[in-house]
Amino acid sequence: MARTGSRIEAAFARLVAEHRKALIPFITVGDPALATTLPLMHELVKAGADVIELGVPFSDPMADGPVIQRASERALKHGVGLNDVLACVTQFRTTNQITPVVLMGYANPIERMGLDVFADAAVVAGVDGVLVVDYPPEESAALLAAMDSRGIDTIYLLSPTSSAERIKRVAMAARGYVYYVSLKGVTGAGNIDTQEVGRKIAEIKAEVNIPVGVGFGIRDGATARLVSEVADAVVIGSRIIQEIESSTPENVIANVGKLVGSFRSAMDA
Amino acid sequence: MNKRFEAYSFPDATGHFGPYGGIFVAETLQAALLELNLEYAKAQADPAFIAEFQRELKYYVGRPSPIYYAKRLSDELGGAQIYLKREDLNHTGAHKINNTIGQALLARRMGKPRVIAETGAGQHGVASATVAARYGLECVVYMGIDDVRRQAQNVYRMKLLGATVVPVESGSRTLKDALNEAMRDWVTNVESTFYIIGTVAGPHPYPMMVRDFNSVVGKECVVQMPEMIGRQPDAVLACVGGGSNAMGIFFDYIPHGNVRLIGCEAGGEGVETGKHSASLTAGTPGVLHGNRTYLLQDANGQIVDTHSVSAGLDYPGVGPEHAWLKDSGRAEYVAVNDDEALAAFHRLCRTEGIIPALESSHAVAQAMKMAPTMSKHQVLLVNLSGRGDKDMATVAERSGLQFFCRASCQAAAESR
Ligand SMILES: Cc1ncc(COP(=O)(O)O)c(C=O)c1O
Repeated sequence: MARTGSRIEAAFARLVAEHRKALIPFITVGDPALATTLPLMHELVKAGADVIELGVPFSDPMADGPVIQRASERALKHGVGLNDVLACVTQFRTTNQITPVVLMGYANPIERMGLDVFADAAVVAGVDGVLVVDYPPEESAALLAAMDSRGIDTIYLLSPTSSAERIKRVAMAARGYVYYVSLKGVTGAGNIDTQEVGRKIAEIKAEVNIPVGVGFGIRDGATARLVSEVADAVVIGSRIIQEIESSTPENVIANVGKLVGSFRSAMDA
Repeated sequence: MNKRFEAYSFPDATGHFGPYGGIFVAETLQAALLELNLEYAKAQADPAFIAEFQRELKYYVGRPSPIYYAKRLSDELGGAQIYLKREDLNHTGAHKINNTIGQALLARRMGKPRVIAETGAGQHGVASATVAARYGLECVVYMGIDDVRRQAQNVYRMKLLGATVVPVESGSRTLKDALNEAMRDWVTNVESTFYIIGTVAGPHPYPMMVRDFNSVVGKECVVQMPEMIGRQPDAVLACVGGGSNAMGIFFDYIPHGNVRLIGCEAGGEGVETGKHSASLTAGTPGVLHGNRTYLLQDANGQIVDTHSVSAGLDYPGVGPEHAWLKDSGRAEYVAVNDDEALAAFHRLCRTEGIIPALESSHAVAQAMKMAPTMSKHQVLLVNLSGRGDKDMATVAERSGLQFFCRASCQAAAESR
């Protein structure tokens, strides 16, 4: 379902008009420090991000590989929680009204805050989409209703093992865009088979009439370029976190900007 | 009074126990769980599968396990009569083997050559390594690095049985993190691998499946108690970590409305100190490890560190069926502190010549607390879920002794 008037829809419409594909970087809020997140978000936009995915730290990130786990652990050491994530978005919106922001995380921090409390706070902060990794459509009717009634997109995952039946099921619930997990495994694992991705995306596109993004395992510009030929959006997560890990507080913003810029030029070339 | 439990039939078709349970996992695991669900249903309907499971329980595990009348202990306490269901006499020394045999048979049936498991105390890891050896499967066990140190002897046992033990260094480095890591392995190697979860937690169908395989414990009791005393007990007690031995003995008693069901959680240094693992007593509902249940969590919804003298109870969640049994009022849950469990451990050693697992000692302690307040004609049935051999080093250290095997076992455990 496409939602008219949303930032996510506007972003994809603009990209279609420009014959470009969306670049969606992922960072975890509070990694390496809470104060770094806001300048990092602005830098991501400057470097060519079309949508920003913000990771909500969780103590038990079951679907994530070691790189994103470490990002979560660093953020948790500073006590960063869902409230801080929402505060970051609020601050970001004081100067940026255009770039969509999607929160990505696990169900428990949201349930702890309370679905409606969270949904109200998210809409006030200026959140555009929510991707709850461990909320498949079967378990998230309440979230979907809460988000729908407030105009926030609920984003769902599909994977190489999703059956035709599940693709249909997700197609019914999905808002904003669908996130295709290009690997069997956790975030950051191995490298992806772009031909295989192309075949599955075609199958998904037959059922889903909103944009389809691809993430997990895209580590270099060449792969991003290949993926952008078959998908509407490319999500880069672990590779950016690794850049954060190998940077100092002084050069982290510039390094991440440079990296994201390199993905942008590869995709637009 | 408990009429509404006579036709108890949880979980429902989608794996829910009232508001609890369910399948809270990423899309990447949905297909695997669906396959498992279908295969488990087929196996349960296949008389040959059931017959083989029962044969294994009889000839390999040594079932049925006896119920033992702890007369000296009961007389000393001067109240209710205490009976012990002797799961400690099973092969590998705990109830865990009932479940690992069931799941390993299912793995073999599904053509998966590799099994993985998470473990805290190491009992489930040992039970998994054992059945993997028995059925010729490759076995990888994930174990928090802190537990690898605490339970060096069990690490060595797993290695002797041919398993690979992978120390987990993420998160709080204990059981919950081992479970996360095993899930990550499963999602990556789903075609070749069967994940043997060790307790009644995880996404559906695990809570149901693990309960079913362990329910042999309660099934035997329902027959044995009338043979011994002419009736069912007044209460059934079991320790609760994830809750598999408790579900195992509770399940067939659920329709017996006059039998109280009492789950004993780890109170650690005292629930009021915050250093405990009593999720049902002191936790709040949330989502972890694929299901909704009671959790120990902070104000941000982060899972907190737990504490217990017994590694097997050191888990911040609990099986979703226990959450439902608590809310519905069918079962009661209490917290038993480290000191009380240790006292019960020593007392059972001295009065009955039985060395219980520290986990099981929590249930024994609760029985010791209750018995003196009851009449001599009342009966408490305690699930003695395991034996205490694995706990020698912990108990010795608590008593101010350095147990001789600690260093050598640790060295053996750490060398690959
Ligand atoms: C002897 C024994 N009892 C109980 C437990 C706790 O598990 P559960 O609550 O699933 O029975 C363990 C776990 O390692 C154990 O070894």
